[in-house]
Amino acid sequence: MSEEKLSFEEAFQELDKTVQRLEEGELTLQESMALFERGMELVNYCGQLLDETELKVKALLPSPGEGYKLVEYSDEEGIS
Amino acid sequence: MDVDRELEPAVLTVSEVTRYIRDLLESDLLLRDLWIRGEVSNFSRSTAGHIYFTLKDEEASIRCVLWRYVAEEQTHLLADGQAFILHGRVSVYEIQGAYQFYVDLVQPAGVGTLYLQFLGLKERLEREGLFAPERKRPIPPFPRAIGVVTSPQAAAWRDILHVLERRYPLVQVILAPALVQGPEAPRQIADATRALSQETDVDLIIVARGGGSLEELWAFNEELVARAIYDSRVPVISGVGHEIDFTIADFVADLRAPTPTAAAVAAVPDAQEYKATLQRQRESLAESIQRQIAGEREDLRYAQGTLLRLSPRAVSERYRLRVDDLGRQALSQVEQRMALQRERIRSRTLQLTTLNPKATLERGYSISRKLDSGMVVKSVAQVAKGDRIGVQVTDGQFEGTVD
Repeated sequence: MSEEKLSFEEAFQELDKTVQRLEEGELTLQESMALFERGMELVNYCGQLLDETELKVKALLPSPGEGYKLVEYSDEEGIS
Repeated sequence: MDVDRELEPAVLTVSEVTRYIRDLLESDLLLRDLWIRGEVSNFSRSTAGHIYFTLKDEEASIRCVLWRYVAEEQTHLLADGQAFILHGRVSVYEIQGAYQFYVDLVQPAGVGTLYLQFLGLKERLEREGLFAPERKRPIPPFPRAIGVVTSPQAAAWRDILHVLERRYPLVQVILAPALVQGPEAPRQIADATRALSQETDVDLIIVARGGGSLEELWAFNEELVARAIYDSRVPVISGVGHEIDFTIADFVADLRAPTPTAAAVAAVPDAQEYKATLQRQRESLAESIQRQIAGEREDLRYAQGTLLRLSPRAVSERYRLRVDDLGRQALSQVEQRMALQRERIRSRTLQLTTLNPKATLERGYSISRKLDSGMVVKSVAQVAKGDRIGVQVTDGQFEGTVD
């Protein structure tokens, strides 16, 4: 899972589809177990994203002669 | 006017000169779009519903017309002796050779010039289609990156950050700092909005400022800002001032939020809702798999039953019972037959006992056999003179010769 780096949206949509397919049934037990495991993986992954991600903030500043540039922004120090 | 000026003086018809004057007035930028302040007099309404009056001050007056369709849209009713600020254009009424003011908007004289500017710009941009409902773009349901145009020193920025952090920390935020009041503000807000739209890959922009007076919010009523919002590559949410404040920026934005906080709320989904959804998905997954496992187990139990009925062991078990059965039957038949035989043997023995020659011998009889053939002699005709015979008596045998 970690190597795939799904976005929350992608993971959430895949999860939705997985649950739907599993609910529709007509799968072998082996297929169902694989889907179930994938689904649980996605649930945990999405939950983890929501719980562990911290808001990333940057600032877009005009830069003389170069148009604009992105710089780090920290909550305490402001624009650095 | 096809006149050769060098040869003779131009002579125009009244119509020609009147039309010329009218064209002159109508092509004047100021006269085409202006506000006039004055007092209403000679108010009259025609049978067709059009309104005619004179607007005047101490030194001059101007005739005014308010067409019925315009009059019907006005919230402020004209009346003699009262002061108003009127918007419209100046043109010529050719039949009477009089210039007139054609009014399209009536405001009470009390309103300030800022408000009049606001109304004028709003009307112009609206006509141009900048506020068209069909132009409004939907807000992306899962934005990856959001640009925020506001002042980092202001409370609005704190509020927005706080909401985004709490609701949807997955989003990346790019602040494009701008002064949000003062003469520099419109230019800075417009530039910051354009920069976010053109220089970054944000998929949503918030333009925000906390509450303030009409003058403090004024930057968001500037055309420069309206155009930058309109030109944005991605949807724009405005969150300016308080609930009651409406700015031009609000009208142009794809979504108007009443406050900066509300703008941030509108910009992102709520992670808490997604957590609840995730919990439901987790339960659905578990239910589905448990249902299937229960179903499979039921199938298995059924198959097991079938299998057991058909298994060699079950078959042999059934045969064993049958064999036992047959065995028992066979045994009883054998026993019967043996009993019968025993009975038969017993009666034969009895018979034999009765017929036993020994018994006869014991009674004094004897049995004579020819020695050469062992034949029992039952008649004198069977023997000749000189035949050797053996005579059996009860306790032995002796031999003799026939004389």
